[in-house]
Amino acid sequence: MIEIKNVSKWYGDTQVLYDINEVIDRGQTVVICGPSGSGKSTLLRCINGLEPYQKGEIVVDGISLNDPKTNLYKLRQKIGMVFQRFELYPHMTAVQNITLAPMKVLKKSRKEAERKAMELLERVGLPEKAHAYPANLSGGQQQRVAIARALAMEPDYMLFDEPTSALDPEMINEVLEVMIDLAREGMTMIVVTHEMGFAREVADEIIFIDEGRIVERGTDEEFFTNPKSERTKAFLSQILV
Amino acid sequence: MFDAVFRNLPFLMGGFLVTLQLTFCALAGGIALGVLVGLGRISRKKWIYYPVTLYVNFIRNIPLILVIFWFYFVMPILAGRAMPPFISAVISFIIFEATYFGEIFRAGYQSISRDLIHAAFATGLTYSQTARYILVPIAFRRMLPSLITQSIVTFQDTSLAFVIGLQEFVRRTSIVDNLEVRSIQLFGFVALVFFIFCFLGSRVARHFEEKGRRTGVI
Amino acid sequence: MGFAYDFDWGVLWRQPYGTWLLQGIWLTLKIGFLGWIIALFMGIFIGTLRVAPWRWPRLVATAYTEVFRNIPFLVQLFFWYYAGPMLFGEHLGRQINQIVGLNYYVSIFALGLYTASRVAEHMRAGFASIHRDQYQAALSTGLTHVQMYRYVIIPYALRIIIPPLTTEFLTIFKNSSIAMTIGVAELTFMSYRIDSETFHGLEATTGAMFIYLLLGLTVVRLMGFIEARFKIPGMIGR
Repeated sequence: MIEIKNVSKWYGDTQVLYDINEVIDRGQTVVICGPSGSGKSTLLRCINGLEPYQKGEIVVDGISLNDPKTNLYKLRQKIGMVFQRFELYPHMTAVQNITLAPMKVLKKSRKEAERKAMELLERVGLPEKAHAYPANLSGGQQQRVAIARALAMEPDYMLFDEPTSALDPEMINEVLEVMIDLAREGMTMIVVTHEMGFAREVADEIIFIDEGRIVERGTDEEFFTNPKSERTKAFLSQILV
Repeated sequence: MFDAVFRNLPFLMGGFLVTLQLTFCALAGGIALGVLVGLGRISRKKWIYYPVTLYVNFIRNIPLILVIFWFYFVMPILAGRAMPPFISAVISFIIFEATYFGEIFRAGYQSISRDLIHAAFATGLTYSQTARYILVPIAFRRMLPSLITQSIVTFQDTSLAFVIGLQEFVRRTSIVDNLEVRSIQLFGFVALVFFIFCFLGSRVARHFEEKGRRTGVI
Repeated sequence: MGFAYDFDWGVLWRQPYGTWLLQGIWLTLKIGFLGWIIALFMGIFIGTLRVAPWRWPRLVATAYTEVFRNIPFLVQLFFWYYAGPMLFGEHLGRQINQIVGLNYYVSIFALGLYTASRVAEHMRAGFASIHRDQYQAALSTGLTHVQMYRYVIIPYALRIIIPPLTTEFLTIFKNSSIAMTIGVAELTFMSYRIDSETFHGLEATTGAMFIYLLLGLTVVRLMGFIEARFKIPGMIGR
């Protein structure tokens, strides 16, 4: 379970997150949406300790992130993350991208790591691209490899930061399908996205963040059919054609 | 026309060999140290950043000859006995060239997007693992053209070991010139040899730059 | 851990060593500045030829740049000093070698030529960063190529490349130290000379290092001042 309690964050003198509160139970899929610059990516990065926060607490499975005794590196083994621009290591093949952390962090043998990597590549539909370099893969393929790379560490939680925003329209679906399967299999996912179709399909809760504050939250039904705040309505009218 | 050169060719080439040895040692040490200096220059920890920055900015303001002299004077004091000039020269070059290689690596590290580093962290890799498997290899590939160019500069810089009496290429040419006084031939020859090597080297650098652009690394 | 060495920092200001250092500094400054003037003029000229729309000037300029960049400065210096006079033939060559202070003049000459090739490369980069349309706009008002370069492009490019030029200016002072190999009594030569008299080369060279450092800081300050003075309001990247 991830608990976010009264979290506020500043970049220098600018406050970017105001008093964020949220609880994410195991098996849930939470979608975060909002305009650009609203702080949603920042919030995501606070959850796995990539960004520090100044006030409040984030507790993952009982471990508080701001506790000086917390080993953030170990924590990140439990939380996988997928980025908007895929961020595959350009100098390594797909398989090498996936096996690096399992071999160096989990100390798995090369055989074991590669076996798992091939399984994951099958799962995301790209077994034939095992030895391809990122430069030779399409955006959708790169992102699926990135998902496999995150899954290779067998995380309990998966964070997605606008995973389809940098993709051409015809490739968005192949990635969303993988994510939907993941959600259905019970992975706990926090997804920042504009893809409302995905939200409707698998989200247990949708959160709307604007200017660093949670403006509205609810199940997908409540959110789309009966938004309570004016800002939410304005935002929805912009992204839903 | 080049008779003075041919007559003394073995002697001159012996000097060239020393030049090559100097270059090789200077590059090995300079690049290795440069990798670390670059990491130091992007470090967030003040106790690493400030000393390294001080070192880089200090060295880059003073002439190489002076650095060579300085180590030539310092090494016997530190070691307690006389040092062969080759070793003091190599150390001078390593300390000097590492600042330039360091800045090249720094540019390479900084060209890697923060998100890529975060992606590595997100899989649980530590900072040193990320540096070792992601940061340094990618920076190396990206900066290969600049690394080659700077290596050519190092190759040229080794000629300055002349001043502490090292029997490298230029000194040997100068010795022969004292005897034969066929200066145009002799110094023309040295110039030609350097020119050929450096010109070819710059073509190699250009090749890697083009290749890098094509494969999307640069 | 006892070092069998007693430091004597007095070598830096005791006479005659202090005077030597001052004389050395003066010579370093002279060689650097005079060389820089040659380098600037030659460099702007060669750099412009490099991008000229006519084949032969372009090739000559490219050849110049390649030759001077691929040969170590020390070798160039030796060539001009030892072989240079001989280029004028035996008789004239011998006479040239009699000139007092030949090493001083040759150093300035060699330094200027060498640095010019580097300035030329920076100019080329400066030209490349100016939009094509700027050239075309100038030409479309009827200016000839020469006029365009003289009144529009070169002044613009010079301002763009002030940062790399600052580095070259610093480098020329560093390279002036190489003149010591042909006996020019500049700063580095003097610190070595102090060592041959007193065996306290460590202190002398350390002192010289700080003097070069000071020189470097002054150059940066100076170029910063020039940059501010000649600034163009609204220029890209400023």
